[in-house]
Amino acid sequence: MRIFDKLPPMDHLRSEKMIFVQLIMPVESAHRAITYLGDLGLLQFKDLNKDKSPFQRTFANQVKRCGEMSRKLNFFKDQISKAGLLSTPRPALRSDVDLEELEVQLADHESELLEMNANSEKLRQSYNELFEFKLVLLKAGGFLVSAQNQTSTHEREMEENLYTAEDYGDRASLLEQEMQPEPSSKAGLRFISGIICKSKSLKFERMLFRATRGNMFFHQAPAEEHVMDPVTGEMVEKTVFVVYFSGEQAKSKIVKICAAFGANCYPVPEDISKQRQMTSEVLTRLSELEATLDAGIRHRNKGLSSIGSHLSKWTLLVRKEKAVYDTLNMLNFDVTKKCLVGEGWCPIFAKPQIQEALQHATIDSNSQVGIIFHVMNAVESPPTYFKTNRFTHAFQEIVDAYGVARYQEANPGVYTVITFPFLFAVMFGDWATAFACYWDHWCLYCERIDLDLRYISSALTLPRLGSFMEMAFGGRYVLLLMSLFSIYCGLIYNEFFSRSFQIFGSSAYKCREPNLRPYRFGVDPRWRGSRTELPFLNSLKMKMSILFGVTQMNLGIILSFFNAKFFGTSLDIWYQFTPQIINSLFGYLALLIVVKWCSGSQADLYHVMIYMFLSPTDDLKENQLFWGQRTLQILLLLVAIIAIPWMLFPKPFILRKLNTERFQGRTYGILVTSEIDLDSEPDSARPHVEDFNFSEVFVHQMIHSIEFILGAVSNTASYLRLWALSLAHSELSTVFFEKVLLLAWGYDNAIIRLLGLAVFAFATTFVLLMMETLSALLHSLRLHWVEFQGKFYYGDGYKFRPFSFAAALADVDDD
Amino acid sequence: MGGYLEAIVRGIARSSLLTAADYNNLCQCESLDDIKMHLSATEYGPYLQNEPSPLHTTTIVEKCTLKLVDEYKHMLCQATEPLSTFLEYITYGHMIDNVVLIVTGTLHERDVHELLDKCHPLGMFDSIATLAVATNMRELYRLVLVDTPLAPYFSECITSEDLDDMNIEIMRNTLYKAYLEDFNRFCQTLGGATAEIMSDLLAFEADRRAVNITINSIGTELTRDDRRKLYSNFGLLYPYGHEELAICEDIEQVRGVMEKYPPYQSIFAKVSYGESQLLDNAFYVEEVKRLCLAFEQQFHYAVFFAYIRLREQEIRNLMWISECVAQNQKSRVHDSVVFIF
Repeated sequence: MRIFDKLPPMDHLRSEKMIFVQLIMPVESAHRAITYLGDLGLLQFKDLNKDKSPFQRTFANQVKRCGEMSRKLNFFKDQISKAGLLSTPRPALRSDVDLEELEVQLADHESELLEMNANSEKLRQSYNELFEFKLVLLKAGGFLVSAQNQTSTHEREMEENLYTAEDYGDRASLLEQEMQPEPSSKAGLRFISGIICKSKSLKFERMLFRATRGNMFFHQAPAEEHVMDPVTGEMVEKTVFVVYFSGEQAKSKIVKICAAFGANCYPVPEDISKQRQMTSEVLTRLSELEATLDAGIRHRNKGLSSIGSHLSKWTLLVRKEKAVYDTLNMLNFDVTKKCLVGEGWCPIFAKPQIQEALQHATIDSNSQVGIIFHVMNAVESPPTYFKTNRFTHAFQEIVDAYGVARYQEANPGVYTVITFPFLFAVMFGDWATAFACYWDHWCLYCERIDLDLRYISSALTLPRLGSFMEMAFGGRYVLLLMSLFSIYCGLIYNEFFSRSFQIFGSSAYKCREPNLRPYRFGVDPRWRGSRTELPFLNSLKMKMSILFGVTQMNLGIILSFFNAKFFGTSLDIWYQFTPQIINSLFGYLALLIVVKWCSGSQADLYHVMIYMFLSPTDDLKENQLFWGQRTLQILLLLVAIIAIPWMLFPKPFILRKLNTERFQGRTYGILVTSEIDLDSEPDSARPHVEDFNFSEVFVHQMIHSIEFILGAVSNTASYLRLWALSLAHSELSTVFFEKVLLLAWGYDNAIIRLLGLAVFAFATTFVLLMMETLSALLHSLRLHWVEFQGKFYYGDGYKFRPFSFAAALADVDDD
Repeated sequence: MGGYLEAIVRGIARSSLLTAADYNNLCQCESLDDIKMHLSATEYGPYLQNEPSPLHTTTIVEKCTLKLVDEYKHMLCQATEPLSTFLEYITYGHMIDNVVLIVTGTLHERDVHELLDKCHPLGMFDSIATLAVATNMRELYRLVLVDTPLAPYFSECITSEDLDDMNIEIMRNTLYKAYLEDFNRFCQTLGGATAEIMSDLLAFEADRRAVNITINSIGTELTRDDRRKLYSNFGLLYPYGHEELAICEDIEQVRGVMEKYPPYQSIFAKVSYGESQLLDNAFYVEEVKRLCLAFEQQFHYAVFFAYIRLREQEIRNLMWISECVAQNQKSRVHDSVVFIF
């Protein structure tokens, strides 16, 4: 045991040491201090006003003002994007803008913009009206002219009738007399012309028909040009209509219906010359309005672009301020109301940095009183903080997805960096598809670099990729390692779309020459296609899976030892770790596998393992692999049997004994003990004094023991998924290659070949590259979460979330 | 069956309806901005986010209603038969109210567009603006309503009389009666838990309307027979309660009638003598209780009805709180708020 003490401290395995600190800040320098801390981003504030609702807090007003400002900024952004302007941020002339100043500026800008909008809205409306009028004039004028022509032909016919049939003479002449002076208002026939949305025109017509009981004539023609809808501002298709009707009542009804349907009515004179005159008037007014509108828009765009140049800076400022006030809201006022008191967690290494920042804040705000920063004892357990970089971040996320490590617990993320992609590769070993994966990774990477370059050149806010792309990009290093390991495993399996290649020298089985060296790297290509291919590969992969499994699980158990040692619980070492590590029947199996591989023995491992339990004393005969095997087997079996009660009984009983000793005759001693504990380990959480419940502890221990013993079998079996998935992968690629590509290639027809190639490409991409990758990924994930981490990982901590502007801004972008 | 939608509705109902704690916080607000700030933490947040600062009660109510409408539209899009018909039935009540609103408005020569803004968005239909054209019931029916789902309900009130306030009110109640009966019939055809729960909820609605009609018609020229005709032909009070209600001459008699029915006894017991104003509120409290109970059973459509009704009650609550805050009447803020969960 001594050697373990001499090992270097495992810094990467443990989360950062945290301290609970209290800050007492004078009111005048608090804001600045928090700003500096936000820039630093290494202090997690505790919400001291949890019982207060958001608007009851001290700085609710400022938060509201920030909200209002960000609303204005959103409005500007909206307007700018609607106007189709690109906001190109110019280098800031003044680096610092005061919040109050900014508020005034924003209000000014907003009222100005609103006024401009209202003006241009009015202009736009009258422009639209005139435009519609123009359309109505053109179209409805056309109807009227054609109607007049028709009536005149009718008249002519009637006149002809007049001559032929004299009976009609009187009436016709009467009609004529009425008609002549005002041709189309004959018999009180009048009309209303207007324009309506195309989608509503059918219903409109029906309604008109019903309202007038069919006593009307509806004429419509689509307006060729799109008209802007005044409400939504979108371009809509409209229809010009003319309704002929008679009677005053009908008129009032029709006018009401027009109003109800939002149809705009425009008077069209019947006289053609008048029409022409009006049209030209409308046209001139239209062009005038257009010029005014253009000038207005230019003016507005100018204003907008000047806003746009500051927009990103302002947005940043407002968001930062909001984050600062949100944080200030978490602080308490002290009794004198002159200081703000804050509490929070920070990593020990950040202490000098924070102190420096606080000092700067004091100096910069000319405060006479410095900020008091001191370490306190905390009741709850500290947050977990692992420093990660771009590379390890994704792997740490994989572990955190299962559960955030308990404070200072051994971090499986360190091992996951290699084991996770490696176990994936064992299932995905095919260097052709792995190359494709690798290629994916590079595409992703290049795309992102491209984006980054554009980001740098335009200094816009970072464009967000789609959620899937974002995820894939976040895991780009996982993908990279996975593909590299897959290439490696693919070379060992010697698979390239289920083909073998002789890359590493010649095969050992080319000819029956006994002194030929074995194939240099991986599986000999000769196995491919032979009758014994599958049994050979299965045996190889199965044994390999068990070796990997036993190794990884033992690593987990050893980590539990280091955990126990770190937390100083010798009870766990002696009554949990020791029986677990010596209870390694599968470790023995692993040993047998290695011995069998090295010696080339013909021993039947199933037989050995089974008869080790059934009749341990029997002679092993041809299954003897090494000297003393029988003795070792008996020993292992005995140890395994002893280990079960060892794991189960001592720990709960010892715990009970300790507990009773602790409280014997010390009714008032509880407080004292907790104080002593606190002094001895100031960094860790104050231990909870809980009621000791023996039955609960015992049941808990029983569950753990049973889980471990059953798990020894089932978890080892679980690692066989490495073999199964690898088999499935290679069989699938064989099917695609032989049954699709080779089959198609058999035909001497370019189209069929092309088709076969296409199907092969799609199947490879979607089934092998996407589905298989996902399934291998999930299985690898499970092996880590359940089989590996189950051995030692508690995962019941919580993450360190420091107050930092970078995180706050990223959060806003996500929304 | 709409298992997906039912899950969604249960989820939103449990998670996003404002709780008593929310109402307590809202009641402590000093200004409408405070209310906005508090609501921004709830699901109403995105709808109020971009409202400029001097808020009005109407804006808050409008935006909250918009959320309800969005949710309703989403449900309707996802729903299949017969759930979609059921969902449509829920809106007919608003449709009737809108028709009456527009017709009354045009009678008093209000601007149609102004009236349209006041209509409940759930009860909108395409040709609603054309209602202004009609001058009597027959025209109303022939011009506009024949296209709407309300058409069948009109069979009992087509007269050539010109519209006046009294007529319109009678029309509203006749339509409502026909609507409730039709809805009830439809729910019975659905069968199962839906029929069971909905018949309870609709019966309560019908009885409440009967009481309201009685109280509102006291002292008007409505005859007993006419009054009797406006009561829906189902519910707990049908038929004997209706006979007795029809001859009531003052509110004490109504109380006398209602106290014979155990479920309503508690409601009338809460309202002390002479306070008919609080009656509405007492009914609301009872209704909310019943609606919440609808969530206790699974696999039925009444949850959709209950959810939309609860949301409407929530919007009424918000309106009341906002009005109280806006008019500095904070002492009365608790008078009319009905806690939902």
